[in-house]
Amino acid sequence: MNAETKLSTLIAVYLALIILLVLTALATALPPGPWSTPLALLIAVAKMAIIFAYFMRLRWEGGLVRLFASAGFFWLAIAGVLTLADYLTRHEL
Amino acid sequence: MITEEIIAPRVPAPAPTYLNAGHTLRSWLCTLDHKRIGLLYLFTITFFFVIAAVAAALMRWELLTPQPDLVTPDFYNRMFTLHGVLMVWFFLIPSIPTVLGNFILPLMLGARDVAFPRLNLASWYIFVAGGLMALYAIVAGGVDTGWTFYTPYSSTYSNGYVMMMAAGVFVAGFSSIFTGLNFIVTIHQLRAPGLTWFRLPLFVWSLYATSLILVLATPVLAITLLLIGLERLCGVGVFDPKLGGDPLLFQHLFWFYSHPAVYIMILPGMGVVSETIACFSRKRVFGYHVVAIASLAIAALGFLVWGHHMFVSSQSVYAGVVFSLLSFLVSVPSAIKVFNWTATLHRGSISFDTPLLYALGFIGLFTIGGLTGVFLATLPVDVRMHDTYFVIAHFHYVMVGGMVMGYLGGIHYWWPKISGRLYHEWTARVSALIVFIGFNLTFFPQFILGYLGMPRRVHMYAPEFQTLNVLSSAGASILGIGYILPLVYLTWSFFHGPKVSSNPWDATGLEWQTDSPPPEHNFAQIPVVTAEPYNYPPLA
Amino acid sequence: MSRAPSLPSHFSTVEQRSVANHLGLWTFLATEILFFGGLFVCYTVYRIAYPAAFVAGSHHLNFWIGTINTGVLLTSSLFMALADRAVKRDRRTALRWCLLATWLLGAVFLGLKFYEYGEKYHEHLIPGPNFQLNGPWKPQIELFIFLYFTMTGLHAVHMIGGLTALAWLLWQNHRGRLSPEHPAPVEMVGLYWHFVDCVWVFLYPLLYLIIR
Repeated sequence: MNAETKLSTLIAVYLALIILLVLTALATALPPGPWSTPLALLIAVAKMAIIFAYFMRLRWEGGLVRLFASAGFFWLAIAGVLTLADYLTRHEL
Repeated sequence: MITEEIIAPRVPAPAPTYLNAGHTLRSWLCTLDHKRIGLLYLFTITFFFVIAAVAAALMRWELLTPQPDLVTPDFYNRMFTLHGVLMVWFFLIPSIPTVLGNFILPLMLGARDVAFPRLNLASWYIFVAGGLMALYAIVAGGVDTGWTFYTPYSSTYSNGYVMMMAAGVFVAGFSSIFTGLNFIVTIHQLRAPGLTWFRLPLFVWSLYATSLILVLATPVLAITLLLIGLERLCGVGVFDPKLGGDPLLFQHLFWFYSHPAVYIMILPGMGVVSETIACFSRKRVFGYHVVAIASLAIAALGFLVWGHHMFVSSQSVYAGVVFSLLSFLVSVPSAIKVFNWTATLHRGSISFDTPLLYALGFIGLFTIGGLTGVFLATLPVDVRMHDTYFVIAHFHYVMVGGMVMGYLGGIHYWWPKISGRLYHEWTARVSALIVFIGFNLTFFPQFILGYLGMPRRVHMYAPEFQTLNVLSSAGASILGIGYILPLVYLTWSFFHGPKVSSNPWDATGLEWQTDSPPPEHNFAQIPVVTAEPYNYPPLA
Repeated sequence: MSRAPSLPSHFSTVEQRSVANHLGLWTFLATEILFFGGLFVCYTVYRIAYPAAFVAGSHHLNFWIGTINTGVLLTSSLFMALADRAVKRDRRTALRWCLLATWLLGAVFLGLKFYEYGEKYHEHLIPGPNFQLNGPWKPQIELFIFLYFTMTGLHAVHMIGGLTALAWLLWQNHRGRLSPEHPAPVEMVGLYWHFVDCVWVFLYPLLYLIIR
């Protein structure tokens, strides 16, 4: 866990993040469509996954730490889904 | 021959304990010892309990007569808000975790302290800071929104000290979060050698489940309070209909925390009940694994049900149905625990010591409270009962009949460990009985009042409700006596009670393997665990 | 000069304390996910309710500053990761420069952010009594901008906390208290810093890039 990361890995990760940033910025120039938001979110999730895995070193951590790392998202999903269950069903079905 | 012994007999120096390791104020206020921090919390939450209880007494006094003749309506509103805010955030939520959890958890794990002792001390200071802010809000003029701070009243129209009160709760929330964080890491990392997860006492399991909720739910309360504060400050906000905002969004965010919060309040009490039932029946807890998993299930399922507070709020009916079904589901693990405790008592060798009296009271009263919760989870019933005294009776049965009795039971059970002395047993038993009688007399009439339609949070009522209200207020006076008595006899016993050995109850558990009171660093040598939990010898 | 503090008495091994620190910090980050998460829930509800207003509101934000700021933060995360690497290789000078670079980039981010806020002030787009806008969906655009200020403001507060922690690290390094035997402060601040970066990684598309 205390092992250091290779410099080349960190640089490659950084370049990947910058490329994703450029892609997501360029995507706004494309014609808008139903895929615009999912694409932007997908790129954001990819960036976060890379940061979590390489900068925050989850790639080299054990299962317990990874569980702790993912718990917050899971619980946030509960909050979001059940709240939306109200807002999305206020009309007559 | 005259020796020194005759003129000045040698008195053995008192054994070093955490209590005499330093007598200065500074040694208490700068302590890193989890046991001293537990006592600091004990004094603090008792202080807030007394203030909140006085507010309740004033309300019950007003409600002796149907007319509003004691206090103004505004004052009454500020009283029930004060009562709710202080009782929920400054008494119930901290109670068992910060007092008994801080004191006992490391001992139960065979550890010398929690994982982050400095964070533990910081948690207490943060708690005190939050409490002072809340007190300032009360003294400066009070808040009349109810402890639930519903928008748009709290965000736009109320003229009280909403921001200061919300800020106090916000700050105290961080104390909760840090305590939960500390406990989670402690339980994972600081267990004694051989103490595997399924050898842990059930009190530890319940504290772990409680800590999960503390850590995952409280931040949402924090952001919600921040949003109210911003709305009051800026004049606009996310709950403001003028901007297209929805006041109900506040309720979703608020109850996402506040429903799991009630499980923060009850789970530690359930843990105490498991410990005391096992000890005073001299039997291992029936279905240990099931009870342990049920604690986690309560914590997890408790996050899925918050909409049952919002059935009549204009929430979608379809969401209401979903929340209703999930609410039925969350009652199952709690009921499982009640069955397991009953099965533990069955054919046990029972001694009716005070901790067991409180545990038995808990089981009965929590069952009634829990059942009425299922009633309220039923949509058509709630449509009628919402905002009536039926709801008040329900939650006081689980919170006071359940949790406060669990807290008192735990205090009495571990008192010999904390103080090194015993309280007077018959005084304590009578006191427990007074609490039980006073409690039921106070709150059972409120079920009936709610069923008959008396609304909550109002300082006056229709004349036909008077008899039941008088009974309830009479019960409250008796309950008050029941709470004052332990304050007196426990304090007395701390200084004058008979001293005890390390294990006066002959109970299992690592906390009983060290002296009463424990030395500063808990164990001379960290114990190694090889036995299953609750390994009481088989009964004849 | 002390290199690493001795192990506190309640821990039995250095490894045990290291795992405890990591579990503790990730638990704290879970609380941060839920803290910011409440705002994301609000955002989601209102974006579904008022899609046109959110598109219009997004156009009022400064796309270029937002994009440059994202790049600045990602670069600061790189330097933070390099700092973590440096402390484990016992390179105090490299550690100092990496921490300093992280701090400076964070400060640049905040500088650009407050410039942006100033722009909003001059455009009369601060939510409240001085909010002025012509066109449809004015109240809901005000709601969107309120969310923008709240979410980025809360993020900025966390950035200030991060800058304070980095300054403390620079001081700790100056006193020689960081080493391969005691990398925990750098590791823990690093985790926090990367997390705050991740929050921005989501804020950027959700606030600045709404095109539909």
